[in-house]
Amino acid sequence: MRNLLGTLLIGLTLGSVYSLMALALVLVWRSTRVVNFAQAGQAIVTTYIAYEIVTRTGVFWLAVLFAVAAGALIGAGVEYFLMRTLFRHVDEGPVAALAPVIATLGLLGVIRSIVGMIWGNDFRSFYSPVSTDNFVLAGETIPFSRLNLLIILATVVVMIIFSIIFQRTDLGLSLRAAAFQPEIARLAGIRVGPIRTLGWVFAGVAGAIAGVLVTPTTILSPNSLDLLLVFGFVAAVIGGLESLPGAVLGGLVLGLGVSIVLNYVGTSLVFPSIFVVLIISLIVRPNGLLGNKKVRSA
Amino acid sequence: MSSLVVSNLTVSHGAIRALRDISFEVQEGELTAIIGANGAGKTTLLRTLSGLKDAESGTATWRDRNILGKRPEDLVRRGISHVSEGKSVIPELTVRENLVIGGLWRRDKSGTERAIKEAVELFPRLGERMSQSANTLSGGERQMLAIGRALVSRPRLLLLDEPSLGLAPLIIEQIFAAIKNLQKSMNLTVVLVEQNANSALEIADTGVILNLGELVASGNAGELLEDPALKSAYLGY
Repeated sequence: MRNLLGTLLIGLTLGSVYSLMALALVLVWRSTRVVNFAQAGQAIVTTYIAYEIVTRTGVFWLAVLFAVAAGALIGAGVEYFLMRTLFRHVDEGPVAALAPVIATLGLLGVIRSIVGMIWGNDFRSFYSPVSTDNFVLAGETIPFSRLNLLIILATVVVMIIFSIIFQRTDLGLSLRAAAFQPEIARLAGIRVGPIRTLGWVFAGVAGAIAGVLVTPTTILSPNSLDLLLVFGFVAAVIGGLESLPGAVLGGLVLGLGVSIVLNYVGTSLVFPSIFVVLIISLIVRPNGLLGNKKVRSA
Repeated sequence: MSSLVVSNLTVSHGAIRALRDISFEVQEGELTAIIGANGAGKTTLLRTLSGLKDAESGTATWRDRNILGKRPEDLVRRGISHVSEGKSVIPELTVRENLVIGGLWRRDKSGTERAIKEAVELFPRLGERMSQSANTLSGGERQMLAIGRALVSRPRLLLLDEPSLGLAPLIIEQIFAAIKNLQKSMNLTVVLVEQNANSALEIADTGVILNLGELVASGNAGELLEDPALKSAYLGY
């Protein structure tokens, strides 16, 4: 029973971080139809920035604030300078669909190298803002700490803020309209260009938060978030790639799946098992758990 | 006073010339039908006027100011609303949200609410479905929603692309009646693109007949109904 509780809690923690990364990827996908491999790179930069702040000041929240601001700026920068340039020069044919994705992959490499040049390639540890000691319940230790709790709570807060923005504000309505039907959004008077940039800004913020939350549980190196990108992408696909709640749900499903494999099967099978989860979910729900069904055409 | 003036407009899709040297004028408060068979260039004409497509040469002005090469989102702010082909609604949003987006740019919530109320008075069926996803609407309801959204932008010039496409005759009649009613009650200038020539010319004041990208006849709608050019534009003889 204790074991099961631990498995669920760890699954929830992992799932929270996967959800945030999935959210970042979905936000970019919806606004520009690009799978942003550089998301891991953008998040690693913001995490190193947070690392600098936290080692100098010791104030974790200040570090989060800087990471979020940097995440927003980098997101806007990548969209404005890289994506817009690409879209201006290639706007038709298969190259137009693929070029931006390859460009983000290239950008990931560039960012990693630059980060390596500035901070070095050695592993660093990012101090946790709260205790990482496991909770003890009725005399038994469960593999769940204050840090894990913080990760879950922070993710919930971020999700609530995002859902208020997207569902309750005019800005969120513009973002959704521009994501689903950019042409109709423009005919309705919505300035789709800046709205797209904003999608990248929100994605940058979500990725930055994922980076600072997950890193205290592991180590920090120029490619320490690459695996998170893979998990985030799988979670996004399970959720339907279009849907923000889907990204969250996909993250949680994947987190629980990984946690079950970790606890009951073995650590070596974690990686293969996520692809099994992905394949099963694509067979059962090809459009994702919350993906759009075919629109009624009559 | 002419409010929409198109002169010598030429538009191409790559190497294919979609419109060649088109000139016509629409008076303030007038309903003009643009008639022609498939491939006549009707949709291209509307897309050029609303900023979705670039022209190759020629001019087009609305109330004496150029509208070519402008962004659709800027033209909306100058009173030009375009309801594009194929029930231009966003299926992922609710009916209400589809209406609201037409007014977002004005940053005037009470004005938008008033405009939504007026749109619902015109199409009461929308009022019953406000919180439903637009995805659940029938074809006719979607067309009403698309026109309703354009009205929330408070247009002075309404560009409508084939509102009758794929709809049952009874629904087409209702929609055309609503369009005529709008024109009269709001003194709206309307450019109506239609394949359905007879129904369109019956409610129109003037008409323009296009054939393979060229203007073959224009003038009073009643006279165009009798014009042999109308038949030849459709039948090709």
